[in-house]
Amino acid sequence: MTELSIGSDSRANESTFLKQSRREEWALLGLASPAILTVLIVMVLPVGWLFYLSFLADDGSFSLEHYNRMLESKAYGRIFMTTFEVSFITTGLCILIGYPLAYFLSQLSSRMAALCMLTVLLPFWTSLLVRTYAWLVLLQRKGLINSWGIDLGLWDEPLKLVHNLNGTLIGMVHIMLPFLVLPLYGSMKAISADYLKASSNLGAGPTQTFWNIFFPLSLPGLFAGALIVFVLCLGFFVTPAVLGGGKVIMVSMQITSNIELFFNWGAASALGVVLLVITLAILLAASRLLKLDNVLGGGH
Amino acid sequence: MSKQQALPISISGLTKVYGDIFALNDVALEVQSGEFLTLLGPSGSGKTTLLMALAGFTRPDYGSIRFGDDEIISMPPHKRGVGMVFQNYALFPHMTVAANVGYPLKLRKTSKAETEKLVAEALETVQLDGYGERRISQLSGGQKQRVALARAIVFSPRILLMDEPLSALDKNLREHMQIELRHLHEKLGMTTVYVTHDQREALTMSDRIAVINHGRLMQLDAPRTIYERPANRFIAEFIGESTFLQVERDGDRVSFSGSELKTGALPAAGELSLVIRPERLSVLDGPAPEDTNVFSGTVREMVYQGDTVLAYVTLADGTDLTVRAGTRSGEPIEKASVGDKVELGLKSADAVLIPREEG
Repeated sequence: MTELSIGSDSRANESTFLKQSRREEWALLGLASPAILTVLIVMVLPVGWLFYLSFLADDGSFSLEHYNRMLESKAYGRIFMTTFEVSFITTGLCILIGYPLAYFLSQLSSRMAALCMLTVLLPFWTSLLVRTYAWLVLLQRKGLINSWGIDLGLWDEPLKLVHNLNGTLIGMVHIMLPFLVLPLYGSMKAISADYLKASSNLGAGPTQTFWNIFFPLSLPGLFAGALIVFVLCLGFFVTPAVLGGGKVIMVSMQITSNIELFFNWGAASALGVVLLVITLAILLAASRLLKLDNVLGGGH
Repeated sequence: MSKQQALPISISGLTKVYGDIFALNDVALEVQSGEFLTLLGPSGSGKTTLLMALAGFTRPDYGSIRFGDDEIISMPPHKRGVGMVFQNYALFPHMTVAANVGYPLKLRKTSKAETEKLVAEALETVQLDGYGERRISQLSGGQKQRVALARAIVFSPRILLMDEPLSALDKNLREHMQIELRHLHEKLGMTTVYVTHDQREALTMSDRIAVINHGRLMQLDAPRTIYERPANRFIAEFIGESTFLQVERDGDRVSFSGSELKTGALPAAGELSLVIRPERLSVLDGPAPEDTNVFSGTVREMVYQGDTVLAYVTLADGTDLTVRAGTRSGEPIEKASVGDKVELGLKSADAVLIPREEG
């Protein structure tokens, strides 16, 4: 046996290796730097600037007036309530519609699944604005749905499908659905068929196997999808603005009017900051409460 | 988990076709109650399809499977009440060890106290007492295997199915578990159907082995019979190593290269091949004993393998024979070296004849 030792001989080339590994680190940093710079310039700086602006009064002095106004004015409270209500209901509807859809897709052969997935993705690739106005065409008083419904004698008066909460929700759910279905589908596909076989072998009927095994194992994907939908909803603008008809005012719309109508950057910034803080708080609470890693069994 | 009344399994005419390939081709098989029967075959032979048909996960095209007196061919899996150990264990990752093992009991609406007692017993049986609160991800491969086993036996099924349960374990653990499973089977007495492609595992564990190839049952016999009296060339090749010599048959007499062979019983009429196992040949260092066939040849190559040594010997007619012998000092094979002329002995009882097939 030769003895293993770290004598002076085995330190040959040490400095060369050290230099090499340092060069590699710098090279990697160099490759990442455009992205880092971009994030810095278009994300961190503006958000910091917003944060700064939100503490400035109209005369340029430091004050909390924008935050105070938000606390005092009932209008702001209502706007936040609306925002959360719309986001919450949209997420709920997305889960109700998206879960069975993702389940259906996950049970298809990969070829059929790809084809059906296209029907989910195709609208996803179409412009948001186009889809929103398309809904307007369909849903309005004299739109396709109402005129057909009346022509067929299904209802007599035009249904109020748009320029209200209904229209907002229909449009939002349609736009958000892929964000829920995609992660959910992924997590369903990852559930080994052997788990379901084992459950069945041990005496569980199909319904029991679904609720005892499949559903809990699909939860991580469901949570991920629901969280994405919810957070996207909180800051959503186009769809509620077009389909809500001014009756559904969400935070993002109030921010726009603060800037475009009142040129009040401070108030707009304060709204943005509060929305950001609330969103972060929700994300944090969700990751704590749901213990996502626990659901996953600490990784496979 | 007291010793249960085990159920016999009776399979007949079982056929399953995928496209134009027979996964199962008219399989008929009786598994006696309490028996440990192994389905052995190469991958794609249909052995797993057969097991899955027993568990209810594969729907055969036709045939019959009975557990005891009950026809179960069209019964859904969850009503069959058989325990099963899956190849990759299929332990539920979102449940603890105790919840996994207790799952079949929960489905059977067993009381909480009874469940706890049975789960503890099952874990003790597989030597995992005190592991109940662990998460599945915290277990080693061998421990997962034991949990899967505990889950499969906790509800005292009268039939236990195992699908290559040891294939993911390393060699030492696998050999250890083979003996352990065997002991467990003796203790619990369930009718057990075990699938493996590992011939040594099959020989080690089984009461009987069913060799399956191309969806057909080739031979069903005790391990010793399967190894020592293979029914055909496929079995002789698949289980153990074999050299085949084409022999001439003249009624009840069999000869090779002009000299008559001393053999055991002859199969029914037809051309024959002699099956020679390397370890049944020996290098002779003196006159041949009474009931021994002798083959003369030249050593072409020697391979030292630690516990055994292999000698490749070429006979006068060009046939190659392989001899395997232990490396105990003084063994005649130890003296042989490449180029030497040697005489090889094969006892008449070890001279097995099978119907000749081209191959």
